[in-house]
Amino acid sequence: VSTAVAVVLLLAVVAYAVFGGADFGAGFWDLLAGGPERGQRPRATIEHSIGPVWEANHVWLIFIFVILWTGFPEAYASITLTLFVPLTIAALGIVLRGASFAFRKAVAKMQYRRIFGAAFAASSVLVPYCMGAIAGGIASGRVPPGGQTGDPVHSWINPTSILGGVLAVATVAYLAAVYLVWDARRLDDTDMVNYFRRRAIVAAAVVGAIGFVGIFVLRADASYLFEGLTSRALPLVILGALCGVGALVLLVRQAARGARLLAVVAVATTVLAWGVAQWPYLLPETLTYTAAAAPTGTLVALLIVVALAAAIVVPGFILLYVLDQKGLLPEEGVEHEGVVDSQARPSSKLKPGSR
Amino acid sequence: LAAIGSVNPVPWARAQMAFTLAFHIILVPLGVSWAFMTLIANYRGLRRNDRDALTLAQRWSKYMAVTFAVGAVTGTVLTFEFGLLWPRFMGQWGEAFGVPFGFEGLFFFTEAIFVAIYIFGWRRMRPWPHFWTGVPIVLAGIFGSISVVAANAWMNAPAGFTLDSTGNVVDVDPIQVIFNASMPWQAAHMVVAAYLVGGFLIASVYAAAMLRGRRDRYHYLGFVIPFTVAAIATPIQLGIGDGLARWVYNNQPVKFAAIELVPTTSSDVPETLLGHLNEDGTVTGGVPIPGLASWLSDPSTGTATVVQGLDAVPPDQRPTIRETNIVHLCWDIMVGLGTLLFLLAVWYALSWVFRRRMPASNWFLRAAAVAGAAAVVTLEAGWIVAEVGRQPWIVYNYMKVEEAVTANTGVWITFFAVVILYALVGTTTILVLRAMSRRFRAAEGFTDLDTPYGPSALTEASVKTEETR
Repeated sequence: VSTAVAVVLLLAVVAYAVFGGADFGAGFWDLLAGGPERGQRPRATIEHSIGPVWEANHVWLIFIFVILWTGFPEAYASITLTLFVPLTIAALGIVLRGASFAFRKAVAKMQYRRIFGAAFAASSVLVPYCMGAIAGGIASGRVPPGGQTGDPVHSWINPTSILGGVLAVATVAYLAAVYLVWDARRLDDTDMVNYFRRRAIVAAAVVGAIGFVGIFVLRADASYLFEGLTSRALPLVILGALCGVGALVLLVRQAARGARLLAVVAVATTVLAWGVAQWPYLLPETLTYTAAAAPTGTLVALLIVVALAAAIVVPGFILLYVLDQKGLLPEEGVEHEGVVDSQARPSSKLKPGSR
Repeated sequence: LAAIGSVNPVPWARAQMAFTLAFHIILVPLGVSWAFMTLIANYRGLRRNDRDALTLAQRWSKYMAVTFAVGAVTGTVLTFEFGLLWPRFMGQWGEAFGVPFGFEGLFFFTEAIFVAIYIFGWRRMRPWPHFWTGVPIVLAGIFGSISVVAANAWMNAPAGFTLDSTGNVVDVDPIQVIFNASMPWQAAHMVVAAYLVGGFLIASVYAAAMLRGRRDRYHYLGFVIPFTVAAIATPIQLGIGDGLARWVYNNQPVKFAAIELVPTTSSDVPETLLGHLNEDGTVTGGVPIPGLASWLSDPSTGTATVVQGLDAVPPDQRPTIRETNIVHLCWDIMVGLGTLLFLLAVWYALSWVFRRRMPASNWFLRAAAVAGAAAVVTLEAGWIVAEVGRQPWIVYNYMKVEEAVTANTGVWITFFAVVILYALVGTTTILVLRAMSRRFRAAEGFTDLDTPYGPSALTEASVKTEETR
């Protein structure tokens, strides 16, 4: 039973990386989109793309926490005791990000939209960095078991954590750019298709480069993980790399479809590879998932939750995505769009019917 | 630097948890009950082709988008804080305490999905299917809050687990964890509170607007729908609150002694309004009503009912003097304001029964405008009674708060960071909601772009309504 719950936990992490990660990545491009005039169109595409779905995507994180503390309480206690600082920064960053995004949509004045936009975008980079650093601290065996406190500083400022943080930021940026290409194509916005396609290619190259450096970092700093990645997780690593290269080729060749799926598979297999590589440990080489597991009654209850989620949440999610992709969920606030348009592009008034 | 950082984390962790919960709990009623009131307006708008009601529903859903987002992120912080502030509690009890949260996650997922569909679906979805996407929000809100409260109730009435000789949880019965003895009362009390506070809070905004002369139909609907919901919830809440208090009397006598300010066990205990417990165990000040606390605890035995005093347990197993005074004061505030809100609801109901309209007096509107803030204070006071009254326990009779706390001594820093961030977020939330309201007013009803469902869809709906008649 504990194996099933551990698999669920890993899949939840994959889902958060693939769905929630793209939302963070969109914030990264929002940050780099430039001043209000130049950045207006990419920002509009970003807002359109993640507007309806970010809160639902965000729940994956809560799901991860709940499974961890209910299913593997000892691991949760150790992680939160040791990685206190990056977890606190991530929590505050999540508040800043979610609130700013909602506020930015709700206010009309460009001045305020810029402030909230900056807070949203900056925290969108900070949070995935912290998440990656936390993953690095766990994967490199820096979190001691038994609800003890590990090193409060070096548990998250170390080679593997820095690798994890940078890789997380680059990966979510890559994922988001690929999604945004697709969204822009759906909106028939050729400029934005090319805009995000260029960025997706650059991000893919950066992720590849970090991955290459990562091989040496992990060999030196996280031996158990490295050994796992080069043995039992090797097929996943190769599959992930192939999908990444495939997606890059499709992006470069401007293929109409396929890049998005390959990018998702690449990221998903990479996260899975991490899990498989440190299997059977939750905290490498000190705490296995069976040792940390809660009593059977609790684990069965969690699996019932998962079954109910498959019955209730998954159809809801599919409905949300289908409606969103069909364009049936346009932006929630409509008035401010007009206000912003007229401020950012005064000439638009001269072209009635351009909308 | 290490010396600056080394501050006892217990008071700071408690303060941070209390502060973040106190903030989040204000957003809970809006998250749970606003969707219901929005659907009432939406239904009315579609059934009777009522454009004012439809505008109201659409605007409420836009405000909801903001409060739901802030509620979602501040709720997420709480899931971090369980581990960051109370890792030993989670490590020891997570397998039992966490079970209700598994179900809460399920409902929160559902809520987030359908909130997104409902809020974003106004312009393009067909009217009735769009209306029905709002219904899961209401259900998920109710069941989600029941799940969370079940976890809190478990801390008051821990059940459904077996301990080995070293005190580790070796077996868990999830059903008994969720449906613990305190859960039905606390869950009912919180769900009804969500409708009560949400109703009074939203209505208070429209009462204030009507006092400023905005007496159109739009504002009238914006007042009557939530106020009616709150007025129905208030008497129900008094009944549930009475039942819960009696449950506490029977099962958490120490908390009850703090609530009623009872230093020593006796019968014929007075109900002391206000008043103060001193270090030497005497009660001074306040207005004692002879025998009432005994009588309320068990009306069948009347004033002969024995109420256990604080001295029945050793000092390290009961709230401190200061905590006792906080619990008692908050209890008085909750009951006092709750009674005033009940009287306001009675005024409203009598006016409808005898005059077939809401009270016309400006004094009623003034009271209703204050009732929103009063309801929030009542909610906060009730929550403080429940939490501080449980002290020094985090798991009643099993684990104390100081045994649960993190070893990180820098909690005081995160406390200040959280307070500053939340103060900014809270202030901005209110400013943004006000700015939205001003912008809506400036637009005066529908603008072309703003029309829900688009003109054709609305006509379609009204045609269908005609057909069904």
